[in-house]
Amino acid sequence: MKKGYFGDFGGQFVAELLIPPLRELEHAYETIVRSQGFQDEFNALLKDYVGRKSPLTLCPTLSRELGFNLWLKREDLNHTGSHKINNTLGQALLTKYMGKPALLTETGAGMNGVATATAARALDLECIVFMGATDVARQSHNVRRMQLLGARLVPVESGTKTLKDAINEALRFWIAEQRTHHYCFGTAAGPHPFPTLVREFQAVVGREAREQILEKTGELPYAVVACVGGGSNAIGAFHAFVPDAAVRLVGVEAAGTGEPECHNSAPLNLGSPGVLHGQMTMLLQDEDGQILPSHSVAAGLDYPGVGPEHAHLHASGRAEYGTVNDAQALAAFMKLTRSEGIMPALESAHAVAWVLENRESIPRGANVIVNLSGRGDKDMDIIEQNIGHSFAELG
Amino acid sequence: MKTSRLTERIRRANKAGRKALIPFLPGGFPDRESFWKHLEALDAGGADIIEVGVPFSDPCADGPVVEQASIQALENGASLRWLLQGLAARAGRFQAELVLMGYLNPFLQYGFGRLAEDAQAAGVSGFIIPDLPLDEDAPYRTVLQERGMALVPLVGLNTDEERMRAYAQVAMGYVYVVSVLGTTGARESFPAELAQALARARKAFDLPVALGFGIREPAQLQIFGDSIDAVIFGSALITHIRQTGDTAGFMARWA
Repeated sequence: MKKGYFGDFGGQFVAELLIPPLRELEHAYETIVRSQGFQDEFNALLKDYVGRKSPLTLCPTLSRELGFNLWLKREDLNHTGSHKINNTLGQALLTKYMGKPALLTETGAGMNGVATATAARALDLECIVFMGATDVARQSHNVRRMQLLGARLVPVESGTKTLKDAINEALRFWIAEQRTHHYCFGTAAGPHPFPTLVREFQAVVGREAREQILEKTGELPYAVVACVGGGSNAIGAFHAFVPDAAVRLVGVEAAGTGEPECHNSAPLNLGSPGVLHGQMTMLLQDEDGQILPSHSVAAGLDYPGVGPEHAHLHASGRAEYGTVNDAQALAAFMKLTRSEGIMPALESAHAVAWVLENRESIPRGANVIVNLSGRGDKDMDIIEQNIGHSFAELG
Repeated sequence: MKTSRLTERIRRANKAGRKALIPFLPGGFPDRESFWKHLEALDAGGADIIEVGVPFSDPCADGPVVEQASIQALENGASLRWLLQGLAARAGRFQAELVLMGYLNPFLQYGFGRLAEDAQAAGVSGFIIPDLPLDEDAPYRTVLQERGMALVPLVGLNTDEERMRAYAQVAMGYVYVVSVLGTTGARESFPAELAQALARARKAFDLPVALGFGIREPAQLQIFGDSIDAVIFGSALITHIRQTGDTAGFMARWA
């Protein structure tokens, strides 16, 4: 296979001016990340700073109702509240080894921004975060966390003022500041080697889950389910299971409001192949190849593209990709909160909703793992707005 | 390999004792009708080559001036299809050679084979695709070269000589040297490493060397002497059109 490709997807479609830092990063991946010293230091950080390993929790109430066992891989319990910290600590550590003093990154919901700002503090690096102005307004809680952590936050006013525009601006900044800054790409997307590098750091999720389910049930799970925006939590959860051909791998894309022709964030289901942000992948685009605005109630899924390895797993059929709309995700959020006392991030609620909506396709007694990629307290304002009344009225 | 019309055109200007002039104008800017008037004025005003921008929603290798012009053009309804039809209707009318400059995705969605056919019919001599580096460009370059069109390489301050030599083995037209490590156009001064980058390009390529990004006025050219053969100006021209609505006056300063 061609370097940096997953089947027909991936590659390195960037300005020539970005080739030198990408080459430098490829070299660092091959020499530093694979070294025992780096791996020992990274694993120590995951254990003692992130709090890994994260538990695999059985949901007793929902499992009784569904007729099969619903297990949650608890990435919401990581330090900073999502899976993002696995990747940002890995890349921050790599940045130290590469001798660069600063990180730059982009963020949508703000979870990657917070996780990057945190990793920068932990490893004494400077940090600059690009965030769409629309996201700055709707994720104020995370904006304040980043400010508290001392990151320089740059609101992006161009285009749709969301994640894709933040990535455009981060790529521009990186061209100019490549000698001092490492681009801590937030998801398993973008130009090679980012999709591979981010998967490497997120693969701990699936490795742990596989060991834990074998220990608890004595067998491999029937299915592993995860939400997909750029796709880093999903590729992390899937990776260890890809060779287990009998395990059903399900990625869940955001269908937005779910009305015909509405803005959505489901390029694998509703998009077509194209090139954006350095990668050949599935995209939401018009017939002229202009990128369409995306939408999801979950800001972290709000992206018109998807990591190239998911495009390949979709095309090859090894993984399947469903959709869940805003209302279904909100209902799943309430259901999991009320049944189990666990508030999922609205992103992760898409994966829970897929299981609830597709329960008929799952055999009785099966074991299903949902990657609970983040915690939902960041989303409480949005949820109240969407259900149209305050939580005080719930009873 | 047959010599590109782009190469010949720059050499002809150099033989006449001047740098070749290469303005960049986004297709459909400032609006769909006056774009054609500005294009004609650039042609009449002495442009040797005109780089016509194909607007894209996410121009992540361009600075704010070009991005805003590109978005304005899209809002005006400009598209690759519209641009190619307009150029085809005017084929043969331009003295200058035409180059299409745009991001890969709109070209891919048009269909690259059909693009090469229609661009050739519209009188286009070459392409610049900023998000298509050497490692990815072979299949596209082949399709263009089969129809006599060049894929012009972009190199920068951080492109080493070995990489330039690899480009030089396959490239046609001219080599576009980006004057700054960054995306911002017009600026006050050039970085110190630019002279070395131009020297590397001169050594590695048999093609003319064109300098772009940050070119605002003719006085800037004196410092470069014989190290460049052509100048490309984009942001400064766009800003001038925004401020004055005029193109002829801008070109007259360079003649």
